Amino acid sequence: MAKGKRSYEERTADPAAQEMLIRADELGVSTAFSRAEDMPPCNIGGAGMCCKICGMGPCRLTKDGQTGVCGATIDTIQARNFIRAVAAGAAAHSDHGRDMAFTLKAVANGETEGYMIRDVAKLRRVAQYYSIPIEGRSPNEIANDLADLYISQYGQQTGEIVPIKRAPAKRQALWREKKVVPRGVDREVVEALHRTHIGDDQDPEHILVHAIRTALADGWGGSMMATDISDILFGTPAPLLGQANLGVLKEDMVNVVVHGHEPTLSQMVVAASQDPEIIEYAQKAGAKGVNLSGICCTANEILMRQGIPAAGNFLHQELAILTGAVEAMVVDVQCIMQALVELAGNFHTKIITTSPKVKIKGAVHIEFDEHHALTVAKSILKTAIDNYKNRGKAYIPQVREDLIPGFSHEYINYMLGGSYRASFRPLNDAIMTGRVRGVAAIVGCNNPRSKQDYLHTYVTQELLKQDVLIVETGCGAIASAKLGLMLGEAGLEKVGPGLREICETVGIPPVLHMGSCVDNTRILTVLTQMVEEGGLGDDIDQVPAVGLAPEWMSEKALAIGTYCVASGAYVIFGGSSPISGMPDRVSDSDLVLRYLSEGWERLYGGKMEFIADPDEMIRKTLEHIDKKRAALGLPAYDPMKFGRSGDARMLELEKLPAMERRQALYGVVGD
Amino acid sequence: MSRYIATRAIRGANALVTEAELMLQKALEEKGPDTKVAFPNTAYYLPLILGMTGVEVTTLGQLPEILQHARRLLHPVPSKNNWTPYLGETLDCGMATLLAAETIEAIRFVYGLQPEPYPGFHLAGGTSFTSPDANKEGDSLDGHLNGPIDDIQLRSWGIQLVDGRMPGFAAIVGCAKSNEVAVKIVRELQKRNILCFLSGNVNGRSIIDQLVEEGVELGYDTYTVPFGTDTISAIYALGFATRSALTFGGLKGGQAREILLYNKERVFAFVLALGEVDDLKYAAAAGAINFGFPVIADTVIPEILPTGITRYEHVVSMPFNEIEGKDDLERAERLVQKCIEVRGVKVKVADVPVPVPYGSAFEGEVVRKADMRIEFGGKHSRCFEYLYMAPLDEVVDGKVEVVGPGMENVPPQGSMDMGIVVKVAGRQMQQDFEPVLERQIHYFINGASGVQHIGQRDIAWIRISNAAADKGFNLEHFGKILHARFKTDFGAIVDKVQVTIFTDPAKVQEWLQIAREAYDYRNKRLADLTDDKVDEFYSCTLCQSFAPNHVCVVSPERLGLCGAYNWLDCKASYNINPTGPNQPIKLGKIIDPVKGYWTGTNEYAKIGSHGQVQEVSMYSIMENPMTACGCFECIVMLIPEANGVMVVSREDTSMTPAGMTFSTLAGIAGGGLQTPGVMGVGKFYLISPKFISADGGFKRVVWMSSVLKETMAEELKAVAIREGDPDLIEKIADDRNVTTVEELLAWLEEHNHPALVMDPIF
Repeated sequence: MAKGKRSYEERTADPAAQEMLIRADELGVSTAFSRAEDMPPCNIGGAGMCCKICGMGPCRLTKDGQTGVCGATIDTIQARNFIRAVAAGAAAHSDHGRDMAFTLKAVANGETEGYMIRDVAKLRRVAQYYSIPIEGRSPNEIANDLADLYISQYGQQTGEIVPIKRAPAKRQALWREKKVVPRGVDREVVEALHRTHIGDDQDPEHILVHAIRTALADGWGGSMMATDISDILFGTPAPLLGQANLGVLKEDMVNVVVHGHEPTLSQMVVAASQDPEIIEYAQKAGAKGVNLSGICCTANEILMRQGIPAAGNFLHQELAILTGAVEAMVVDVQCIMQALVELAGNFHTKIITTSPKVKIKGAVHIEFDEHHALTVAKSILKTAIDNYKNRGKAYIPQVREDLIPGFSHEYINYMLGGSYRASFRPLNDAIMTGRVRGVAAIVGCNNPRSKQDYLHTYVTQELLKQDVLIVETGCGAIASAKLGLMLGEAGLEKVGPGLREICETVGIPPVLHMGSCVDNTRILTVLTQMVEEGGLGDDIDQVPAVGLAPEWMSEKALAIGTYCVASGAYVIFGGSSPISGMPDRVSDSDLVLRYLSEGWERLYGGKMEFIADPDEMIRKTLEHIDKKRAALGLPAYDPMKFGRSGDARMLELEKLPAMERRQALYGVVGD
Repeated sequence: MSRYIATRAIRGANALVTEAELMLQKALEEKGPDTKVAFPNTAYYLPLILGMTGVEVTTLGQLPEILQHARRLLHPVPSKNNWTPYLGETLDCGMATLLAAETIEAIRFVYGLQPEPYPGFHLAGGTSFTSPDANKEGDSLDGHLNGPIDDIQLRSWGIQLVDGRMPGFAAIVGCAKSNEVAVKIVRELQKRNILCFLSGNVNGRSIIDQLVEEGVELGYDTYTVPFGTDTISAIYALGFATRSALTFGGLKGGQAREILLYNKERVFAFVLALGEVDDLKYAAAAGAINFGFPVIADTVIPEILPTGITRYEHVVSMPFNEIEGKDDLERAERLVQKCIEVRGVKVKVADVPVPVPYGSAFEGEVVRKADMRIEFGGKHSRCFEYLYMAPLDEVVDGKVEVVGPGMENVPPQGSMDMGIVVKVAGRQMQQDFEPVLERQIHYFINGASGVQHIGQRDIAWIRISNAAADKGFNLEHFGKILHARFKTDFGAIVDKVQVTIFTDPAKVQEWLQIAREAYDYRNKRLADLTDDKVDEFYSCTLCQSFAPNHVCVVSPERLGLCGAYNWLDCKASYNINPTGPNQPIKLGKIIDPVKGYWTGTNEYAKIGSHGQVQEVSMYSIMENPMTACGCFECIVMLIPEANGVMVVSREDTSMTPAGMTFSTLAGIAGGGLQTPGVMGVGKFYLISPKFISADGGFKRVVWMSSVLKETMAEELKAVAIREGDPDLIEKIADDRNVTTVEELLAWLEEHNHPALVMDPIF
C-alpha cells in the first residue's frame, strides 16, 4: 500500500509509473502524485468564485447575492477568470509560434547554425494560401516573405489575421458576423488582460465574446503558424516506428531527456546526438552513445518526425528522474515542474534550462540561441555526458510499447489515396456509410488529481469499440501510445467491426497520433478538409465529431477548447470545471458554466462542457455524434452491417495443407 | 487495401519495375536510345504514360525517365508487425506497375512482339492498323491478338460510350473455371453491351484460349477484344481509359489526378479477375483502383469493402464455387451481375423475347456465307423495311403477323423476299418521327446474336445464321424484337406497335410500292427542311457525360458531328425525354445570316458550354467554329497555303497535307475547345448547302480522304452539280495522290481547283 491516500493503482494506470511511485516512496521523495493528495484544491477558487484581480480583494463569493467589493457578480468574476486563463494559454502557444516565425526568418536569411528548410513543398503550399509568389523563387525567398507575414500577424492592429481564410467559408462568415475575427494575435491577448482589469468589461457574455476572439488568435493564429513553420523547418511528419514509456531509457547509454514544447532546440539536440564527435565523446566517457528521449510535447515533436522515443507524458517528468538513469533533463518552455530541481538533487541528474524566458532556481542554464543552435546543443550534450560518470544505481522499469506516430493532415490526405488520388473521400465515405460512427479528438494533459492516463485510455478504448475513429495529440496521445493503441494491430483487435475495416483497409492504428498540443490546429485542418470534401455538411459544426480533454490541467487546454468551440466543435473536459460555481449552495453561480454550453452552442454550433464521469463523457460523445449523423441524414449507426472485409478468412485458409488450400482458394482451376 | 493485398501488390510492383528496367536496359543496348517507340495509330503516344506524367514518349531514350518516376513511387512491403499505413503506398505502387507495364509493351512493340502472336487466330473486325504490318497487303487480322485499341475504334465507340448505350468495360484477367463459364461470362457482358477486354492467364491458360476453343468471335466487332495472354497486356485497358479522358474530357497529358477522377466519375469499368490472383495481378489491380475501377475476383481473396477511391467497394471476392446457382452457368450469370452492381454500371436491358442472346454487343456480328441459314435481300432476293404511323385504334399493340410462307422450306443458304412493315401509334407520335424510328430497325435487329442487318429502306439485307436458326429463331422474332425495343426505347412517343412480316410475293410487291412512295415523300420533306424554315434548332449534350463543356447545335442543315443525330432525331429525342440532352434552342433574333449567328444560339452556347464558349457560328470554320467532343466522323481543317480546307475521315490513317494524321488532328479538334480553322463534323454535313457556307462552301474542299470519296460518291456528285462544277470531286486531291502541301498545291494548279481563285479565306 502506498504511503499516500491512494494506492499506486489509483494514482496511475501506467505500470511503469506505478513502479516509480513505489520507488519514490522507498526513497521518501515527493511527486506531483503525492503533493496532489497533500494539497487539496481550494474549493472556492476551483469553482471560479474567487476574485483576486485588485487590491480590494481577494473576494470570495460564497453566499447568494454576494458581490465583490467593487460589486462584481459571480458570473462576471468567473468570466474574467476564464478569459484570463484563455489569454495565458493563447499567449503560450502564440509566443511559441512567434519564436518559430523568427527562426524561419533567420533561416531564410542564412543566419542560423544547423537549420535548413526541409519541406519545400509545404513551404510552397503554405505560401500559396496567402498568395505569396512561389514560381521561380528560391525556398529562402519564399520563406523570407512567409516569415515576414507571420511575424506581422502578432503585432497587427487592425483587419484580420491571415490564417483565418483557411477555415470553411461558412465558418469565416459566421466569425465576421459575430465580430470575433482576431485583428492581431498580441492585440487580443492584451485586450483580454485590459478588459479584465478592475472596473472594465463587466458583462459576462461580452467578456466571453472576447474569449472566443482571443482563442481564435491561438488556434487559427499562433498555433497554426507554429505548426506550419515546424513542418517547413523540420519536415512534415509521416508514419514511422517509435516507442513510448520509461523503458526507453538505456542502462548503458547517456540518457538525455528533452522536456517542454518547442522543437527548435530538441531537433538540434537530435542532430547533435548523432554527430560522430558526440558519439565518440560519449564512448570516451564509457557509454555506448547518447540515448535521447522526450517528455511532454517536445517528445511528441521529435517522435512525430524522427521516431525518437517518448519517455512519457507530463506526469512522467519526475518519474524519469526517479530512475536515476537520466544524465540530463533539458527543458525549454511550458509544463515544466519546479519540483524537478529539488527532486534531481537526490540523484546525479542535471536539470538544464535553455529558454531565455524560463529559468528555474537551482537549475543549470545554458541559453539556447538559433544562431548557434548546433554549438549549444553539443555543449548541452557534453554536459550530460560529463555527468555520466556520476550515475549511481539505475532503476529503469522495463515497460515500453511500440507506436506508429506521424499523422500530419498532409499524410492523412496521402494515406487515403496515394500520390495521385489523395483526398479525404474515403474517410468521409466511411463516416457517411457508418463504418466509422464519428471522430473524436482526445487531447490534453495529465492531471494527478485523477488516475494518470486512465480517463484518456478508458474513454479512448470504449469509443473505439463503438467505431469512433480517434485522433490524439499532446499528453493524451502518449497515454494511448503506452497502451499499444497506436499500432495497426490495435486496429484489428480493439475496435468495432466497421472501424476495423477502415483500419485494415488503410493500414492505420485506430488512434492517430497527430502531434503536440500546439498541433491541434492539424485537427482543425482535417475537419476543414472533411467539410470541403463534401457529404458531411458545409461547416465544421455539422461533422459528427467531438473533442475531449479528459485529464486537462493547463490554461492552454482551455484556450484550445475555446477555439475548438468557436470552430464549431463540441468539447468535453474531464475533471473539474474552473468555473463550476456551487449551484447547490449559491444560486446563479453556474450561469457562466451553462453559457459555455448552451449560449455558445446557439452562437457557434459548438459548446464546452465539463464532465467528470468517463462513462458520461462516452455517452454524451456518442449522443452528439448520433445527433450530427441524424442531422446530416446519414444512416443510423449499426455495427452489425459491417466487418466482412479483410484478411482474416484468407489467413485462415492459408494455414491449410497445400492441396486443400488450393481447393479452398481457387476451386478447381482451368480445365 | 488490406495488408495481405498490399504486401502482394507492392511485391509485384517492385518486381515488375525491376523487370521493366532490365528490359529497357537491354533494349537500349541492342536498339539504341533513338529507336522509335509507339503504339499503332494513336495520337496519344504511350497513352497511360502521357496521361500520368505528361511525357510524350517517342523514343526508347525517353523511357528511363519514366521508370525512374515509377521507381520513386515504389515502397517496401508492410512489416509483419507494427506496420505503417499502406493504402496510399499500395496505390502508388499500382501506378508504378502501370508505368512499368506500358513501358514493357512499348519495348515489345520495338521487338515485334506486340500485338502478341497467336497462330491460327482471326480477329473479328478491327482496324488492320493494329498490326505491325499494317501497310502491307493481305489479311492483317490473322495470326495475332489485338494489342492496344487504336484511336479510330475509340472514337467510333465514342458515341455509344457517351450516350450510355455502351455502359462501360470489363477488364477480364485470367482464366475462367471452364470454357463453358468463360463463354457465359462474356455473353452476359455482351448482352449488357459492356466491352470485354481480355488478358492474362492462370498457369499458362488464358480466357482467350478458352473463348477461341469455343469458337467465340473476338475483335472490335463483337465488343470483345483480346489484348494478350499475360497480365501485362491488361495495361491496354487503362491506356484506353486514359485516352477516353484525353479524347472526350478535354484533359491534357499530365493532368493525372483529373484523368483518374474523370474515369472514376464517368467511365464505368471494372476488373474481373478469374482464377488465382498472383502478385502481378494484385499490383495491376492496385493500379486500376487508382482509376476508380473496382476489382472482383472469382476466388477467395481478401475483400476491401469500404469505399472512396472507387465509388463502391474496392475489392470483392465471389468464390465461384460459393455462388448460389443450380449450375456453373447460373453462377457465371450471378458473377457478372455482381460486377455490375459493384461498379454501379448503368445498364438498360430490353427484355427481348427471342431464343438467342440479345444486346448491342452483337450488333457488329458478321454472319458469313458458310454459317448462314438464310438471307433476305442482297444479290438473290429483295428486302425492305417501312415504318409508318396510324391512328391509335388502328394498331393492335404486340401483334406480329407473318403474311406468306415461313423460312422453314427455304433450302440452307438460300434466300427469300421479305418486307418488314411496322405500324406505330402514339399520342406524341409525329409523322416527322417515322424515319427516325425506321432507322432504328437496323440496330434493333442487329442486336440478336446470329442475325446480321445491313442497309435500310429498300436496300436492307438480313442474314440469319445456322446457330440462330437451330435455336429456333424465325421470322416472327423480327416482329417480337421490334415491338420490344420500340416500346422500351421510344415508349414516350410510341404507345402501340404492330409488325407485319410479308413474304408473300404479291404482298411484298404491293407494300414495296407504298414504302417507296413514302421514302420519296420523306426525301422531299428532308430536302425542304432548311435552317430558315424552322424557328428552333436543337442542342445536343449527350456527350457531356464525357466532354463536359462541349455542346452541339443541331440544325436541319447541320447534323451532329457524330453523324448519329440530325435535327429530326433531336426533335424526336426531345419528345421522348423533355428534360434530356436534346433541348430546343429558340433562335431569337438573327444577328448574322451568313455566318450563322442568332441571339438564341449564342446564349445557348454560353450556357451549354458552362461559359467556355461565348459565341458559336453555325456556318463558319474560321470564326467561332462549333466545338467537338471527340466522336466526330470527320475533321475539317484549314490549309492556308491552298486557300481551302481538307476533310479527313476518321477511317483514314494516312498522312494528310497538314503534316498530321487524323489521330493527331483529333487532339486539336476535340475536348470542347474552340479552335478557328479546325472543326469536327458529321460526314453528311459535307453535302449540306450550309457546309462552311460563310467561308465559301464546299468549293473550299481541296483535299479529302479517299474513303469519303468512295463511300459518298453519289452524294458528292450531287453536291458538285449543285455547286455548278460537275467535275469538282475529281479536282479534289486525296490520300492516294497527295500527302504534302507542296504536292497539294501542284495538284490544285494542275486540276484548276476553284479554291485557288476564290477570295482569301482569311
